[in-house]
Amino acid sequence: MRYAGIDIGSRTIELVTVDDRGEQQDSLQTETGFDPIAQAKELIAKVKFDHITATGYGRSLFEIAFDSSTVTEIKAHATGAWTLFPEALGVLDIGGQDSKAISLRNDGRVKKFEMNDRCAAGTGKFLEIMAKSLGYGLDEFGTEALLAETDINISSMCTVFAESEVTSLIAKGENRREIARGVHESVVRRAAAMVNRVAGEGDIVFTGGVGKNPCIVSLLVEKLGRSVFIPDDPQAMGAFGAALLTWQANSGQ
Amino acid sequence: MAEDYRLMWQEMGLDLEAHDALLGVLGQAYEDIYLAQKNRPEGMAYFDFVMSEVHGLRIRELLDEKKAGRKIIGSYCVFVPEEIALAANATLVGLCSGADFATEEVEKLLPRNTCALIKSSFGFKIGKVCPYLEGADMVVGENTCDGKKKAYETLGNMVDNLYVMDLPQVKSENGRALLKAEFYRFMEAVEELTGVTVTAESLKQGIQTVNAKRAAIHRLSLLRQADPAPISGLDALLANQVFFYDNPARFTESVNKICDELEQRVEAGQGAFPKRTPRILVSGCPQAVPNWKLPMIVETSGAVIVGEESCVGERGTRNLTGESGTTVDEMMESLVDRYFKVDCAVFTPNSDRLDHIKEMAAAYKAEGVIHYGLQFCQPYIMESIPVENALEEDGIPCLRIDTDYSLEDAGQLKTRVEAFIEQLR
Repeated sequence: MRYAGIDIGSRTIELVTVDDRGEQQDSLQTETGFDPIAQAKELIAKVKFDHITATGYGRSLFEIAFDSSTVTEIKAHATGAWTLFPEALGVLDIGGQDSKAISLRNDGRVKKFEMNDRCAAGTGKFLEIMAKSLGYGLDEFGTEALLAETDINISSMCTVFAESEVTSLIAKGENRREIARGVHESVVRRAAAMVNRVAGEGDIVFTGGVGKNPCIVSLLVEKLGRSVFIPDDPQAMGAFGAALLTWQANSGQ
Repeated sequence: MAEDYRLMWQEMGLDLEAHDALLGVLGQAYEDIYLAQKNRPEGMAYFDFVMSEVHGLRIRELLDEKKAGRKIIGSYCVFVPEEIALAANATLVGLCSGADFATEEVEKLLPRNTCALIKSSFGFKIGKVCPYLEGADMVVGENTCDGKKKAYETLGNMVDNLYVMDLPQVKSENGRALLKAEFYRFMEAVEELTGVTVTAESLKQGIQTVNAKRAAIHRLSLLRQADPAPISGLDALLANQVFFYDNPARFTESVNKICDELEQRVEAGQGAFPKRTPRILVSGCPQAVPNWKLPMIVETSGAVIVGEESCVGERGTRNLTGESGTTVDEMMESLVDRYFKVDCAVFTPNSDRLDHIKEMAAAYKAEGVIHYGLQFCQPYIMESIPVENALEEDGIPCLRIDTDYSLEDAGQLKTRVEAFIEQLR
């Protein structure tokens, strides 16, 4: 038997399957685009599975189209992260459109959570726009920022305001890497504050696409002063968690 | 609604076109949210009828009362004592509204960061779409939060019959004396309006009428303690909302009739939702008609609301007035005793509210509490953090929500609420 989880996020869709022992088998990804269901259809045609659970902001669309079960991204990330790192007491997920902090009970269940879902501040989209303003590719943005010797403070949280702040710093002739570092600092300040409010102590798992950014990771470890675990594929954590929940629901685990 | 109300609305000075639009939205929302529910008690047919006639038949009744010499008083707060209005031959109706209307015009008079409830009340006045407000002989404001207090200064220029009641902010001896003095001042104002003097007999009658109405709601609340809950949170909220509009005696009778039915349901183990559905208590800001956003999201996400710690709910209706008084002053004392217990967040300190939330969570066997805050409602949002902390100390999960009347955040709210419900399972 194969158990699948699909995470339909604002920027990307991930599909993960697990086997009868809950071990990950397939992991696929595609862009969400403007027709998430068509994209999802294409993705699920590529793998074999017996049961599926949808998560992410597009989960209800998927539920209607495929009559699947659904789970929120909060529970999905918590389940995925805790399964890989059972000693962790918290999860930080920074996705394309929102960010969330979750505290975990000893058994991996969600104890408490907080979400920033009102705007793009402090999310992957924020970093993407800032990278573009500074002329960096998204892949190099974090590595370049890490190379800066100091940072320039970015005070605006709002993506639109921060973008004009960055533009005026560029116009002043400030160092590009230092501005980039400042952008990363601003995201981490916000994220760490959220983690400290929700999960005040214990190791943290960092999930979501922004977990791939080395500068964010390094600053987060520094700011939190605790262990921060990063899964091999942080972006697939929601889909992995959903797949595990499918497995648990359908195999008597 | 029947066509023959149009003349009535026109004579009342309503903007017919805008009013049609409002009723259209209201009717659609009611159909989508209320009529779409399953396993509703049959007695809810009464409330369906009331809602379909909320600007029709009920307004005609009020106008008939006016013709017969009664006065209509509109109020925005549960501190305004209906007993006194009734005793002086007046009818009290609630004016709070739960829908955005004419927001652009409202924001010419009020700052944007004013709560949706206050903005909505202004919108209904500016848009000329509320027959209760247009039909009222006296509009009562009250000094509760800063937002309302200052808004009444502006509202005073828009209606010619505004009366503002002062209220204490501390539960002290002085505070109590102020409330009593203000209740007397209100009584005199109502007497002047109606030309009818309040007597021991009429006040007793007023107290009994309102006590009966509150007792019926208490009975309804008690039945919600059962698992499965015999009535949805949406339907129970509606009863609490209609509490402010309906003829008191008829309301009492109708709620009691529903309770008879619910008793049978409880006996037979029937519910609006299956047994062991996660149970949620909602605490915080009032939810006026047609603000059904949060309960709709909760109850379409696999949980049931079993109580409202709210002005439109138990904060507003709990505690009966003592009926032992024989003189007007003794009865006024009893009224002050009863109303002084209302634990609105404008009071400081306000630990009574915290105790009440915990009591309610235990009594209604709620597994979690959602704190409902209207954006920019400082008193309740300030209290939401100590409420959350106190509940979590007792092991009761709490979700804090700040929202408004728009549906813009419905998707995000649904995710949070669903995640909260997953947390309870």
